[in-house]
Amino acid sequence: MAGVSTKEIKNRIRSMESTKQITKAMEMVAASKLRRAQAQIAASRPYFEILRSTIEDITRSNRDFSSPYLKKREGNKVLYIVIAGDRGLAGGYNSNVLKTVYSQIEGKEATVLPIGKKAVDSFKSKGIPVLTDSYAEAAGVGIGDCFSIAKQVSRAFLDGQYDEVYVAYTNFVSMLSQSPDFMKLLPLEKPEVKENEPPCRCDTLYEHPAEEVFAAIVPEYLGGVLYGALCESRASEQAARRSAMDSATQNADEMIADLSLKFNRARQAAITQEITEIVAGS
Amino acid sequence: MTPFHLKIVTPDGLIFDGQAEELIVRTTGGDVAILARHMDYVAPLGMGRAIVVSGGTRRNAACIGGMLSVSGGEVTLVPTTFEWSDKIDVERAEAAYQRADKVLHDENASQMDLKLAEAKLHRALVRKSVASYK
Repeated sequence: MAGVSTKEIKNRIRSMESTKQITKAMEMVAASKLRRAQAQIAASRPYFEILRSTIEDITRSNRDFSSPYLKKREGNKVLYIVIAGDRGLAGGYNSNVLKTVYSQIEGKEATVLPIGKKAVDSFKSKGIPVLTDSYAEAAGVGIGDCFSIAKQVSRAFLDGQYDEVYVAYTNFVSMLSQSPDFMKLLPLEKPEVKENEPPCRCDTLYEHPAEEVFAAIVPEYLGGVLYGALCESRASEQAARRSAMDSATQNADEMIADLSLKFNRARQAAITQEITEIVAGS
Repeated sequence: MTPFHLKIVTPDGLIFDGQAEELIVRTTGGDVAILARHMDYVAPLGMGRAIVVSGGTRRNAACIGGMLSVSGGEVTLVPTTFEWSDKIDVERAEAAYQRADKVLHDENASQMDLKLAEAKLHRALVRKSVASYK
């Protein structure tokens, strides 16, 4: 019995070691991809901040300003743009964001625009109407795709196909914590005018009426927000995968230590048994 | 000429941040030139050639989408894409041009495809023409 078990244990240790190598490699890859994703977030941030502040300036400087993008509508038709990953093995990254979407969707006439293979598969299997599955690969979605999604979505919003548009993504809080989050894209929230705010300078010259400038900038802005959410999600995915793989590597280490101890015990037991047999025989 | 502070920011990062004497860009309403001490101004951008004069040198670029804003003497250009003429990938633009051209000549193409192809063709043409200015 002892002889067989040492061989078995040895095999298990060996397979555990190869698993550990894989998880270790995946962790390293995720860590380097994470660095790149973080650099991308940092590079794109100023762009959105400028767009956002311009939009706020326009809405604030015109008291009687109205735009279909700002109008709230009573309705139940909601579009969710859901950003998830293409692959698993990233801890709760995919399931967390999908779970929050499912809990929101209930009781609404919801359509989803999934980005990432996991999201596409999940919504299709649940039979929730999917707008398009052409963004099944989150890694291949670029800034251009974000702008075309935004244009498409804002046109559909103006046509009245949807009353509200949300984007569900994963917020990159830190290396160790990522939380699924929602952001309302449309209708745009009107920035609040504070009481004691100095009256804004209303002498900005707008090429075309401000409404038109606004209408031209909104899809651009939405594309930007979407791209930002995508960048955040990507960084979150890599961070989630990195920590999942880190703990997998640690677990493998623990198991290897445990098995080595068992292996040594079994080997010792076999030797002891042999000696007893020899002694008993003589 | 009096310089002003110009910032060009795209989703890919900061392209230009410094003093410039003149900026010419194509807005949806046509080309505009911005000089120092321009009044506050906001305009959505079209697709076309942008010229930045900085330190006496003129640089050409393909500038597509986004907007231009002047606020308190600070000029900020936030285009969707902004490529200096020497950084434009002419082969890629040519390939995009051919692809879009093919779709436009396809009788079975849907309205949506035609629209996309038209925009792609326009962008490719802008890139190609800007690349010829060095």
